[in-house]
Amino acid sequence: MMAALSGDPLTTAEPLSPANPKPAKPEPIIELENLSFHYGKFRAVKDVTVSFVPNQITALIGPSGCGKSTLLRTINRMNDLIPGTKVEGRVSYHGQDLYAKDVDPVEVRRRIGMVFQKANPFPKSIYENIAFGPKVTGFKGDMDELVETSLRRAALWDDVKDKLGQSGLALSGGQQQRLCIARAIATNPDVILMDEPCSALDPRSTLQIEELMQELRKNYTILIVTHNMQQAGRASDNTVFLNMAEDRAGYVVEQGPTIGLFTNPKNQLTEDYVSGRFG
Amino acid sequence: MSTIASSAGATQASVRAALTGKHRDTAGTVFQVALLASLLFSLAVLLVLVVDVLSKATPVFAERGVAFLTSPLSSNPAKAGVVQGIVGTAVLALIVAVVAIPIGLATAIYLEEYAGDTRFTRFVQVNIRNLAGVPSVVYGLLGLSVFVALANSLDGAGNGRNILAGGATLAVLVLPIVVITSIEALRAVPNSIREAGYGVGASQWEVIRKLILPSAMPGILTGVVLALSRALGETAPLVLAGAVLGSFSGLSLESLFSGSYTALPMIVYDWSRKPQEAFREDAAAAIVVLLAITLFANGIAILLRNRSEKAW
Repeated sequence: MMAALSGDPLTTAEPLSPANPKPAKPEPIIELENLSFHYGKFRAVKDVTVSFVPNQITALIGPSGCGKSTLLRTINRMNDLIPGTKVEGRVSYHGQDLYAKDVDPVEVRRRIGMVFQKANPFPKSIYENIAFGPKVTGFKGDMDELVETSLRRAALWDDVKDKLGQSGLALSGGQQQRLCIARAIATNPDVILMDEPCSALDPRSTLQIEELMQELRKNYTILIVTHNMQQAGRASDNTVFLNMAEDRAGYVVEQGPTIGLFTNPKNQLTEDYVSGRFG
Repeated sequence: MSTIASSAGATQASVRAALTGKHRDTAGTVFQVALLASLLFSLAVLLVLVVDVLSKATPVFAERGVAFLTSPLSSNPAKAGVVQGIVGTAVLALIVAVVAIPIGLATAIYLEEYAGDTRFTRFVQVNIRNLAGVPSVVYGLLGLSVFVALANSLDGAGNGRNILAGGATLAVLVLPIVVITSIEALRAVPNSIREAGYGVGASQWEVIRKLILPSAMPGILTGVVLALSRALGETAPLVLAGAVLGSFSGLSLESLFSGSYTALPMIVYDWSRKPQEAFREDAAAAIVVLLAITLFANGIAILLRNRSEKAW
């Protein structure tokens, strides 16, 4: 699977070998280096250098308009779909530059799945919602089984097992978002990007999604953009705090383990933000 | 506002007075009546039209029944039928559907999904919209100078004014309608569906083919209904593109394809100009047949549209 994405071994990150002892910190799965992002002339994100560790949940927090979502969407090249945008710097996945000329964005998105702010099931049956991704990515195995596993992992199976043929749009808001999560994991990605997945949900559904994330981190790396400070505090291992500069470009103020960042922030801005004094 | 000193009872009374006051919304009422009057006017026009046609056509159908549908054209109004017109119109509809729908849809998909929003594509779109408003007789001239000439050169025996040339002319006439309605239908598909598709690793082709087109299909089929209705009712382009008049009695069914052809609007046009009063009734009956065929074609498209809506 990997070979298709990272053709030349020389371009990938330094391999782990006996001469190169395993570092104490786990190898990052995604690294952003001096990443800047432009919508036409407007620079939305500047000089972001962050790395994300596998099987952890990293929350991206910050005030509205600071470029959290933009940053998230550069990671699976979703922003390619918007004309007139430009990426500077480097986004790497297992060491492979995702913006290298020979990288196919479709292949990137098969490995880095996405859950959107507003639940957006396809206007198809629940079954078809899950099966769509595997079908287009050439899945050859037992589709029924895959649909069941994906729905179980998204904690939705018991709710929908008797109505797989019904429209995905007939579900409640929270169920629709879990359906979208099941759809994202059905293509067996490494990384799941979540763009404010709970912003339109009630507290109970939000809690369900957060519990689900804890389950999912065993198998996936999760990056979540959230407006909700409590959510970041409750549900994430690491936090990246972004703020907006004078020129409205987003930049990273502080990053680190969530507990440290919330209880003992190094930067005054971070302290003001996590304590609710601005943003 | 009541004063602080006022008792609860006084407050209640004043609130009641304020809330139950009759505000006469004169302008609103006038507007609503005007809207209703417009609706009734449109309905009345339609009703007069239908009643007039039906009352003239009834004797024809009563006297001759199915024979009117199966008889060939004739210069004798008591014998004249519309079989060539029915076949001609049906074949024309088929040619229009086969030519205009694929080309129009492909154009719309390219402009909306692939070409992007450039000065050039905007220029093209504006011009397609303008083409939809060009008088049909102009398309007739185009048909004569392009399709008939082309068919002439292919045939070599001077039979260029055939049904293929006529159908192609009508197809070009309705092409802008198909393109515009398809573009609108594609544009109405929410972007979140596109993002969801790309998000699970679908290619652009897969997103278009499996998500966008099925979502847009009801709107596209509505455009097809409009386009077919327009094409079936046109007379002027056919006059130029070679359909023969309704009194031409030497027209056999076989010759529809080898040379001369006609269509129901041509027959109506011709018969309604004839001196004999009986032909006027025949014309009304032909109108009824044309309406029935149009409704039938639209019915199929609407059926397909409903089915495509249900599937989603």
